[in-house]
Amino acid sequence: MARLKQLVRNQNGVPPLRGGHALCQGCGVPMVVRVVLSTIQRPTVVVNATGCLEVATTRYPTTAWNVPWLHVAFENTAAVASGVEAAQRALARRHALPADEEVAVVCFAGDGGTYDIGMQALSGALERGHRFLFVCYDNEAYMNTGVQRSGATPYGASTTTSPSGKESWGKAQRRKDMTAIAVAHHVPYVAQACSVHWDDLSRKVEKAVAADGPSFINVLTDCPVGWGHEPRLAPRLLDAAVESKFWPLYEVVDGQYRVTYEPTREVDVAEWLKPQKRFGHLNDEHIAEIRVQIDADWHELLARSA
Amino acid sequence: MTLELLTGGEAVAHAMRQIDPDVVPAYPITPQTPIIQNFAKFVADGSAHGELIDVESEHSAMSAAIGAALAGARTMTATSSQGLALMAEVVYLAASMRAPIVMALGNRALSGPINIHCDHSDSMLVRDSGCVQLFAESAQEAYDLMVMAPRIAEHPDVLLPVFVCLDGFTITHSAEAVELLPDEHVRRFVGEYRIPHAVLDVADPVTQGPFAMPDVYFEFRVQQAQALERAMDVFKHVAGEFRELSGRSYSSVESYRVEDAEQVIVALGSTAGTIKDAVDDLEHAGLVKLTTFRPFPAADLRRALAGVEHVIVLDRADSPGGTPPLHAEVAAALYGSGSELVGHVYGLGGRDFHPEDAVSLFAGEREEAAWLV
Amino acid sequence: MGELSWTVDPRTAPRPRTGGWRTGVKPEIELSKCIDCLVCWLYCPDSAIELDGTAFKGFDYDVCKGCEICAEVCPEDAITMVAE
Repeated sequence: MARLKQLVRNQNGVPPLRGGHALCQGCGVPMVVRVVLSTIQRPTVVVNATGCLEVATTRYPTTAWNVPWLHVAFENTAAVASGVEAAQRALARRHALPADEEVAVVCFAGDGGTYDIGMQALSGALERGHRFLFVCYDNEAYMNTGVQRSGATPYGASTTTSPSGKESWGKAQRRKDMTAIAVAHHVPYVAQACSVHWDDLSRKVEKAVAADGPSFINVLTDCPVGWGHEPRLAPRLLDAAVESKFWPLYEVVDGQYRVTYEPTREVDVAEWLKPQKRFGHLNDEHIAEIRVQIDADWHELLARSA
Repeated sequence: MTLELLTGGEAVAHAMRQIDPDVVPAYPITPQTPIIQNFAKFVADGSAHGELIDVESEHSAMSAAIGAALAGARTMTATSSQGLALMAEVVYLAASMRAPIVMALGNRALSGPINIHCDHSDSMLVRDSGCVQLFAESAQEAYDLMVMAPRIAEHPDVLLPVFVCLDGFTITHSAEAVELLPDEHVRRFVGEYRIPHAVLDVADPVTQGPFAMPDVYFEFRVQQAQALERAMDVFKHVAGEFRELSGRSYSSVESYRVEDAEQVIVALGSTAGTIKDAVDDLEHAGLVKLTTFRPFPAADLRRALAGVEHVIVLDRADSPGGTPPLHAEVAAALYGSGSELVGHVYGLGGRDFHPEDAVSLFAGEREEAAWLV
Repeated sequence: MGELSWTVDPRTAPRPRTGGWRTGVKPEIELSKCIDCLVCWLYCPDSAIELDGTAFKGFDYDVCKGCEICAEVCPEDAITMVAE
């Protein structure tokens, strides 16, 4: 719990994201923001994609952000951040920076703004080597606009644009492996994390912001509305996601894979799937298919980490 | 002052070198490429010192430009045609977020068919974006307008992006004698970059780019439009200072042989130069060139055309199913003035306009033609 | 028309009272069971856990939406949801 106390102290009495915003009851995103921003001990600028976090926290004339915060559009978060980062370097070179120490540039985007529409800008920024941290809060669909499927939506999930029905079993495609795509850019630090494994996430953030270049952390977090569950079930569900190996926790440091959490309990993927309405239509066959895929992915990850 | 043989693209790159912006996000597209390539060489050789970001698309170029400009850095970029179309979403945002970015626009036709030559369809695509749009007639004008642009963009009464439009190939790639100002004069002229709330000023944390409901969006838009209107006075003031520096004068509207003209052509860009050539050999025929298209100099134009019997508007862009953009603006400005007004679309996709074409128009030979193919 | 600021200053911006979102229950704590583990503070989506240094101080009912996650994650079952 020492780290948790340190997170509190790092805030210095001023939470980076305060209450009074319009995110849903039980939304999993603020916890991600809290862990990420409270871990970083440098002044921070946040660049935010269009989406739940952005819309719900900045309805004019209110704002829930106590840090400098910039939103431009949906798909260009990483490009905007590239500009901020380049500005900092340019101003530092001619000794014209307003701040005394280097300001950390942190992006927050949902899975839509990362995997799909945001991918090009992210790829470009990663390839160019800007020093910034891109955090994807992955709740596996376009939640803000009404739970439409994204490239992050898992196989079999029912969304409003991949609904289950008489002729459909939900999303017919596997989810994109965005973390692997980030790794393919040869950047110093990439990680996969989950909000409820907050200590693991916090350590990853520390490594990410210390990296001399781009870093990317893909964080699974819940959406009670989109996933179809009571808000208070979220911590248990996310725990099941990790323990069942549906969402492995690992990091890739200069291309070297390392699993950061090996699940200790035998948790079947059904414990992750069944309590969520979006998977309610799946039968045992589907669940078996998913189980096989998860095991295969897990073994591949272990092989890469060897 | 030195006189050099430079293309418009090179001249613009020199202006950028002398301004020495902090950040230049750049993506290549013909015919703007000489601008960013020449600038990149200046950076590589140490005569320009900013950060050149080789972005992966024009949408990201304007996005990075907003990030840099609002972070507190003087930012410039360049594009044309499809690049402008791709970044159009972000161009509107640059204006509404009051980012004083300067962009060189090498005017080129919008696809399709795909065409790399000059017309003004790209400028017209974003004419409602809220950005200042200045049009150059020559490489010299392109250079001069680029030097003036940061002062207009960054003025506290404005705080909007400024586009310096120069005809693709006709200006970007054609060489002429250009007078460059001394480096130090340009540096002093543009001065220090300052905006009200720099994102990197962490001691003053503010939220930028909020979500606005119907109860407040409209007011933001009105405010922004008023800033663009104020840009007219700012342009005139900056042009006045520039005249003292260079000896060259710029006004929103330039009248050429209009004093005793019975017919006047109104045009934008390099074609104005062609028409000046034509009217030199004609009687009672003149040219009015607009340097500022946005903000549109309606009052100045009406004054310039007062008493002219017959006005011919030449649009180098079309508005299918409606009235071409410049024609519509001129018609609105001249409403009730008594002048006869006729308009034509010319030069799409780089089709040349020659002095003979102007002569033919003044002779009334193509009155009925909507498109001067 | 007065100038609208297109930047928003958190120091002067209003803070909506999202406590009005609660639908009948609110969290309450049995302080004697609280071990100041800070887990409720960590999880709360609405930053509704008030601290005194690193010790639990109270609930900010002005912003608490009643999601019950604090009650769920408290390792000591010190927090319960009560009708209001």
